Amino acid sequence: MNPEVDTINRRVEQDTESEGMVSGKTRPDCRKLHNKRNDALKYPENEGGMNDRVKRLHQQSIDTPTTLTIERALIETAFYKENYGKMPNCILRAKNFYEICKKKTIYIGKDELIVGERGPVPKAVPTFPELTCHSVEDLHTLNTRELQPYLISQEDTDTYERKVIPYWQGRTQRERIFSHVSKEWEEAYHAGVFTEFMEQRAGGHTAMDGKMYQRGLLDCKALIAKTSSELDFINDPEATDKQQELQAMDISCDAAILFAERHADLAEQLSEKLKVKSEKSEADKQRIRELDKIADVCRWVPAHAPRDLQEAIQMYWFVHLGTVTELNGWDCMNPGHIDQHLFPFYQKGLADGTMTREKAKELISCFWIKFNNQPAPPKVGVTALESGTYNDFTNINIGGIDKNGNNAVNELSYIILEVQEELHELQPGLSIHVSKVTPDEFVMAGAKVIRQGHGYPSVFNPDTYTKELVRQGKTQEDANEGGCSGCIEVGAFGKEAYILTGYLNTPKILEITLNNGIDPMTGKKLGLETGDPRTFTSYEQLYDAYHQQMVYFVNMKLAVNNYIERMFSLYAPATFLSLFIDDCITRGRDYYSGGARYNTTYIQCTGLGTITDCLSTLKKHVFEDKKFTMEELLKAVACNWGREDNCQLSTANCQLEKIRQFILNRTPFFGNDDEYADSIAVKVYDDLVEAIEGHPNTRGGKTQLNMLSTTCHNYFGSVCGASVNGRLAHFAISDGTSPAHGADTHGPTAVIKSLGKLDQTKSGGTLLNVRFVPALLKRDEDLRKLVSLIRAYFNMGGHHIQFNIVDTQTLLDAQQQPEEYKDLLVRVAGYSDYFNDMTEQLQNEIIARTENAEF
Amino acid sequence: MALIFDIKRFAINDGPGIRTTIFMKGCPLRCAWCHNPEGIGKRPVKMYTKKKCIGCQNCVEVCPQRNLVMTVDGIKDLGRCTICGRCTDECPTLALEMAGKEWKMEDLMKEVEKERQVMEESGGGVTMCGGEPLMHTDYLCEVLDELGKRNLHRTVDTTLYASPNNVRRVVERCELMLVDLKMMDSEKHRRYTGVPNGQILANISMVSEIELPFWIRIPLIEGVNADEENIRSTAQFLTALPMKPEMVNLLVYHDVGKGKHARLGTAYNPENFRMSTPSEDVQQHAVRILQEHGLNAKIGG
Repeated sequence: MNPEVDTINRRVEQDTESEGMVSGKTRPDCRKLHNKRNDALKYPENEGGMNDRVKRLHQQSIDTPTTLTIERALIETAFYKENYGKMPNCILRAKNFYEICKKKTIYIGKDELIVGERGPVPKAVPTFPELTCHSVEDLHTLNTRELQPYLISQEDTDTYERKVIPYWQGRTQRERIFSHVSKEWEEAYHAGVFTEFMEQRAGGHTAMDGKMYQRGLLDCKALIAKTSSELDFINDPEATDKQQELQAMDISCDAAILFAERHADLAEQLSEKLKVKSEKSEADKQRIRELDKIADVCRWVPAHAPRDLQEAIQMYWFVHLGTVTELNGWDCMNPGHIDQHLFPFYQKGLADGTMTREKAKELISCFWIKFNNQPAPPKVGVTALESGTYNDFTNINIGGIDKNGNNAVNELSYIILEVQEELHELQPGLSIHVSKVTPDEFVMAGAKVIRQGHGYPSVFNPDTYTKELVRQGKTQEDANEGGCSGCIEVGAFGKEAYILTGYLNTPKILEITLNNGIDPMTGKKLGLETGDPRTFTSYEQLYDAYHQQMVYFVNMKLAVNNYIERMFSLYAPATFLSLFIDDCITRGRDYYSGGARYNTTYIQCTGLGTITDCLSTLKKHVFEDKKFTMEELLKAVACNWGREDNCQLSTANCQLEKIRQFILNRTPFFGNDDEYADSIAVKVYDDLVEAIEGHPNTRGGKTQLNMLSTTCHNYFGSVCGASVNGRLAHFAISDGTSPAHGADTHGPTAVIKSLGKLDQTKSGGTLLNVRFVPALLKRDEDLRKLVSLIRAYFNMGGHHIQFNIVDTQTLLDAQQQPEEYKDLLVRVAGYSDYFNDMTEQLQNEIIARTENAEF
Repeated sequence: MALIFDIKRFAINDGPGIRTTIFMKGCPLRCAWCHNPEGIGKRPVKMYTKKKCIGCQNCVEVCPQRNLVMTVDGIKDLGRCTICGRCTDECPTLALEMAGKEWKMEDLMKEVEKERQVMEESGGGVTMCGGEPLMHTDYLCEVLDELGKRNLHRTVDTTLYASPNNVRRVVERCELMLVDLKMMDSEKHRRYTGVPNGQILANISMVSEIELPFWIRIPLIEGVNADEENIRSTAQFLTALPMKPEMVNLLVYHDVGKGKHARLGTAYNPENFRMSTPSEDVQQHAVRILQEHGLNAKIGG
């Protein structure tokens, strides 16, 4: 055994004695540091439904600061040092996973019913040096930054510097990627033409179907053995690869079973300690029963299929932890349609008298708090400085349709809404799925939670997204079992590896076009020479130039995407995750190597509103009305509409401001149900689809378009100068498929009409943000109108809509007095985040979103 | 043809469902608290929003009457405006806007049809409002007929200060009326709105007799009509009708009219009436009185 791991385990034992639960390392440094998230509960009226246990766990989850744990990195580094090169990589990865499951600190907290943490204690986040290795400076930045710090002690930083960092130099995925890419790619990347998802985290966006509730890991092992025994080494040239991958999957099963057994052992130890107490309180007696139950549960799942609700939840939780321990996939992991999956266990419990509604709600609350205990793994390098989010984008789906397309709402759907409303934690994200067959009663219940203003739940349309899936080649049944994960990305749950690769900055591409291939921010030539736009005589000529540039950058990204896919296949197979994605086992192939039944690669396009408005401006005022010349507008944006060096409006600048205001007020913009602008948006969108869709990836699948931005529209705005639609330099571009800020002036119905004109089935998801003032939704009849708005949009083929129910004044107050608004959760883009945790830029962007108020 | 000074989509307080509300210009009343003073006159009217003005003086340059000057308080109108619209056309920021324009029936219906899906989904429709839409009964009936042909739900939001004959014509052409009822005392009514209320009350009785569904809307203003006596006599009047209103909406007073008057360059509440927002208690008390009379009363539209 490795010395440092040994040390960890010894510390564990000491802690067990002192605290009655096993926590990994005590981190005195961290505990001394100020507590960033020690928020008081602001909505005591919502606590009514939480019992004392849930309240305590909830408070603990909120009070515990986010920390970095180096435990995983230490175990892994030691293992790699010893074993790298001695076995095929898939087996190396599986054994590495086994090693972590065997040695990682096990934690069972007081009050807990659902057990298991990714780190040694709640809210401790491991690092993944095999993908990207944090430097000492990174760790220091993370420890000290104002927004979303990840606390780490000096001692751990020193250990990391000594034991982890030296080994991984030159061996990380990130280095493999950056050493491969072309100069052109790298320059476009640094200029912010696109981002790269896979350079710091593994491909993710994975959601589960229901098979784990019918199939334990022992059943998986049996299936692995059967598949393995049927391999044809004479006629199948891949048989050896398959055999190794299957062996790796088998090891992964053992690892997770061992991990669960260790929880069972600890629960028994803790129970034993209480049992030997001479005088046992009622609470002790109850805890003994609970610990014994936990031990039973952990002995049974994930080895076997669960038998009751607690086992079913624990089953998922072990699978979740396994997946996020194995790798740090984006949008970590997602149980998918959890209300459908858990319902049979709930019903069975009600029928045999072992379950009540209250008990189910308590278990689900405990489950929910577990998600909140897992902040997202932090970034490295420059991105470590920028605001990230603690949110790891688990987006649980409720309501919607079942396998056969029928209404799937059940009692648990309502219980989950209650839990979400009562806890209103950062994680997990929740979405309600509203099909034509979904009853209004459920949508109203969801709308009531939306009204609370925490940004959850978002709303999805299965009638559209199943069409998206079928269009991509899924069977209707697999599509019906699909849903949306991460922000808004559609997938065939449990059957698809749909990997997002990065955002594409379309307004930046137009900016480069308008500068004949040069990035005006740096003067570097990034794109093609498509001509000086001052010489263009028609709008079509301009659009054609943009189109060429767009295709050029898309192709640049596609080529590197395929390289990165291969690197994951070769160096970071996900042998545990593969157990749960059909048909990895029967194909004997990894999740990253085409094992999944469906394999999609997405490029996410951003800024549709902004680029549409820019094109509309040029088309209308330059080419049609000839109100302004191209030269005039290019000069205007080059000097940021006269704002660069002189904030006071001099005569010359006043002229520029006149032009800018004229454009802002007298140009058809996207989001107003105006055919002039909307037809441009449709064309831009369709051309993106055409450029991106259908290229083969390395996993037997194809590339597809997606339309979301998360917070990237802020970053992308920051790398763009002013634009011809009147947008000032460095301000955010439009988010998702929402209209640009302030561009929509005809209310939300006009917005949904504009969005409805896009054939959304061609994308893997669109995103629409709508902001309402709370006064608009006071009464139930107001909510009914909100429901109508949702239904109307979905009838038009909308994929997703989400609401921020908070007025401008509140947001401005929160900016001025952050202390008063610690729990102000607002919708960002596909997820919610604490307003206080956002950069000022992002805060301003949210404030600038058009607010729909009473006129 | 009447002028229309605004078309509002996603109107959610002007009748059932999500609606498009069409605001017609011209009103015989002069309510001291008027929210939409730009809707009072029949002719187009220029509005100026100082906050939006960047001082570019485009308007000053283009005005053929040399009617506009730039002052420290922004653009000032010297009173020679012929409403030619040059200044509002040239204003880059829409600080100067013209309220009131003619709409061809075809264009108006096109605008309305944009919301059909939303209207159908939400059980909404079109609300004709003003000003006072019955000031132009002929045109109003034309529009209502056209909407009827299209099977859209029609609501008319009116003061009912109109001839019984005109009211009857409109009643035949809509599915719902929203009727303003400011106060029961006719003298007070005259003081605050410029007209007595006898005709209005008679018309309400007639609408009720014809059994057209109607909602009563009361602007609840402290110092004007929020007193117990007025609410009680309103309740008594409404309960005595042959058919009660489906709903009584109490619309709580806010001085939003102030800003609009400033934009029009006219004085808000020149008589200096004492008007204020009623307290939560007063609001609830009014609701309770109406409810005690068996009326379906609530705060808000």
